Amino acid sequence: MIHKPHIDWFALGPEDALIVAAFLLLLMAVLVPRRIRKPASALVCATGYLTAFVLSVLLADKSPHGKPIIADAIFRDRWAAVAGVLIAGCGLVAVLISYGERWRERFVSEYYALLASAGAGMIFFVAASNLMTLFLGLEWFSISLYILCAIDYDLVGSLEAGLKYLIVGAVGSATLLFGSALVYGASGQLDFDKIATAGHTHDPLLVVGLAMLIVGLAFKSSAAPFHMWTPDVYQGAPTPVTAFMSSATKVAALMVTYRVLITAFPGEEHLWTWAIAGIAIASLAVGNIAALTQRNVKRLLAYSSVSHAGFMLIPIAAANALGGRALVYYLIPYCALSLGAFAVVAARERELGTPVTLDNLAGFAWERPFYGIAMATFMFGFLGFPLTGGFVGKFYVFAAAYEHGWWWLIVVGVAGTIVSAAYYLAVVRAMFMRESAELQLMPAGGSPPRDMLLGTGVAVCLAVSVGSFFAVQPLIDVAHAAARSLPF
Amino acid sequence: MNDWLTTILILLPIAGALLVWLAPLDRFWAGSIATLVSLVEVGFWILSVDRFQFGRSTLQFEQQQTWFRDLGVSYHVGQFAFSLWLVGLTTIVGAATIAYAWWVGRERARAYFGLMLFLTGAVVGVFTAQDLLVFYAFFEAMLIPLYVLIGVWGGPGRLGATLKFVVYTVAGSLLMLAAIVVYGLQQGTFDLTKMGPSSNEWLFLGFAVAFAVKAPLFPFHGWLPDAYREAPPEVAAVLSGVVSKAAAYGFLRIAVTKFPGPTHDTRVPILILATIGLVYGALLAFRAPDVRGVIAYSSLSQMGLITLGIFAVNDLGLSGAVLQMVNHGLISATLFLLAGMIERRAATGELALLGGMARGRPLLATILLTAGVMALAVPLSTAFAGEFLILAGLFQHFWVYAVIGAGAIVLAAMYTLRLISAVLHERVGPAVSDAALDLRVGELAVVVPLVALLVGLSAWPNAVSGHSFGSMPSSRISNAIVETPGGTNELAAAVPKSR
Repeated sequence: MIHKPHIDWFALGPEDALIVAAFLLLLMAVLVPRRIRKPASALVCATGYLTAFVLSVLLADKSPHGKPIIADAIFRDRWAAVAGVLIAGCGLVAVLISYGERWRERFVSEYYALLASAGAGMIFFVAASNLMTLFLGLEWFSISLYILCAIDYDLVGSLEAGLKYLIVGAVGSATLLFGSALVYGASGQLDFDKIATAGHTHDPLLVVGLAMLIVGLAFKSSAAPFHMWTPDVYQGAPTPVTAFMSSATKVAALMVTYRVLITAFPGEEHLWTWAIAGIAIASLAVGNIAALTQRNVKRLLAYSSVSHAGFMLIPIAAANALGGRALVYYLIPYCALSLGAFAVVAARERELGTPVTLDNLAGFAWERPFYGIAMATFMFGFLGFPLTGGFVGKFYVFAAAYEHGWWWLIVVGVAGTIVSAAYYLAVVRAMFMRESAELQLMPAGGSPPRDMLLGTGVAVCLAVSVGSFFAVQPLIDVAHAAARSLPF
Repeated sequence: MNDWLTTILILLPIAGALLVWLAPLDRFWAGSIATLVSLVEVGFWILSVDRFQFGRSTLQFEQQQTWFRDLGVSYHVGQFAFSLWLVGLTTIVGAATIAYAWWVGRERARAYFGLMLFLTGAVVGVFTAQDLLVFYAFFEAMLIPLYVLIGVWGGPGRLGATLKFVVYTVAGSLLMLAAIVVYGLQQGTFDLTKMGPSSNEWLFLGFAVAFAVKAPLFPFHGWLPDAYREAPPEVAAVLSGVVSKAAAYGFLRIAVTKFPGPTHDTRVPILILATIGLVYGALLAFRAPDVRGVIAYSSLSQMGLITLGIFAVNDLGLSGAVLQMVNHGLISATLFLLAGMIERRAATGELALLGGMARGRPLLATILLTAGVMALAVPLSTAFAGEFLILAGLFQHFWVYAVIGAGAIVLAAMYTLRLISAVLHERVGPAVSDAALDLRVGELAVVVPLVALLVGLSAWPNAVSGHSFGSMPSSRISNAIVETPGGTNELAAAVPKSR
């Protein structure tokens, strides 16, 4: 007879809200008349994300002491809840960005259903407390994302992106699964905290398993050298999907990586800190250097996201409480910057009907000052300039590395940032310092389509990126509370 | 402890910038409001001079507000006497340049004037920040408006110029960020008034390189000629008049005072580099083919001289350096504005195409000659006072630097007189048409106050040099810029008085 565990429905609230939204959306795909299907679907998806957001905030508030629940399958703690808040926030903005996309009406409900399901999977993934739920969550959101990437089969490259992501992602998942099996084989345990206490440190089997786990997670956070899918997928996927992937997936993958390493493998800290530092350096080098030669803005931002994965791995390599705070804090402006940048790309894309390159951004800022200033802010934010949270985030990351005693990691971060100035400012240069007359566009007549929701999304991202510079203390308090759930 | 005056000086221009950006103004009103805001800013500065107690050498108009607690970072601003003068320089040059831009009329006026105001606010922030991270934030924030101002409104080679400018500065300032993180965490606070001295050479170098790039000093000046040539003249005026002083201020406030040991150890190479920059800049200025090139390289030369004064690390040198910062700020701003006025008349700055502009244009000739005479440090001018103090301070340290520095003043006379004669005298150049007017009322309203200030300072240079480090001459430095908790004089400890 199987013992039925007690189920803490409140802790599962955010996931449940999104699953309910996803089911509703699938029903709506056949039941709601086509005329109102698009607004109704977007509304349901947004409501789902909003509910998940509120429930995650409540969950963070009500879970001061982290503990595993539901037969030790998932954690109920602030680390997971704060990640849930971030992911739900990203989802909400992603809905705003998606609405104006010229989809075929046929699959618009399915699109939003998959978006909700991906968010649910990520929120479940960050709460995972054993290797089974870890893999389950990973597959849950990955499969949703594979389909999301390929969903717009009219878009050149969308199918290709989906297929590439599927194949490379499957390799990553398989690696993670194999690693999990090895860790289980070595320690006889599935739960993270029990793996730590099983007392099999320095077992070669465990070390190999750990390495494979890191690789599997690095595929998801698109850290070099496991990033090779990133540029193609980010470029090919519909821009709203790219925006969601580049922000929410990073939150999920990086925060889970930190949790797994700190909770399950404290005995191997001397090994994995070096491994993570190595991956961080590789990502910073590859991402920044490769971005220098890009002309396509989505591809450029894809490489920038690789370099930022590297940057955010620095606090993980630091393996201290300050690093935990640094990661959580940095993710807040990072998500806003990333979503916002892709949103502006989407705006330009809808205006021109062609992929956005540095050349056809010429004069954009003078035609559409709001988007132009927002994009410039996002670029300066990625670069870590003041008046955006990227500045404070950068500072915290360096502080964490220093506290670990690795000042050379600061030097690497500085070197990467110097290189990145060239391509981030290339975007600003294209928008502000070139004239749109150089483009010789065909005058089509009329003004570009107004998209209030997209504008709102960009405004939210702008407010978060700038606001996180001024309201550092409250955000750091949140990050502090979240980081306290991990056993540093 | 909670005096809003400094914060007002920082935020007023930034608020003005937001107003100009957001309000739907036409070109005339955007310029008028910006000019008005910058004049009000000067008014607030005059108010702060009036309220400043020069007898006390402590931090005044101080305000502190926690920013984030766990790493000990707070919004902490305030002014020392020497910061007061630099803030004054910033507000005055800011007002003059904005008024000039208003008179000239720039395309995309709202963006332009907003950025100019924002730049003024950021520079005031640099001069008043008493927390390292806030200092860094303002230091970086200066770069954004400069980048856009040069990149959008600059000359034909602007894209290359901005790229060089940004790559140099970002590289320097990120090294400083790394140094700030390490230094602040070692000290447990980022508050400049509470941070003790450090003896770590690497940290010192991180700061020194950032300031040396921004100033710029000799081997780091690669961005200078392009940026100064391609920028609109009023932006070049701010860049060389004010922004470069932010770097010299950084040397004075942070590099020298917080790192007395490394300062002592690296003093000889820095003094040698500064001397090379002084002479080399003067020679290049003598050879430069255009008006702005002369001013740009003379700026390099003068920054070398100011650095020499700071690294003399004694009362004379430091007072002279502060005086010379103010002098050079006013002089080079005036000269760049005059260069802009000449270029508007001749459509070129090439010295070979200019000449003979004095005939029929007495006002232009008078103003340019006066500013030029100030620049070459003729005796009785304020620049002479500044250079004399610096050279006297250097002489106390080691006479060779003083001798080379004195030689460089001769070079300054050579390049300034060459500039004056190439523009005003000789035969009429092909680019100078008879239709080119004398200075107009609007232009006079901008440059005459600057020149008048220089003349006033010439009459009473002690207003700045004697009121920069508190009132007690013997203990100026120890009281004013080295405020260790124990009250010990780190500089005196590091630099033997026997010299």
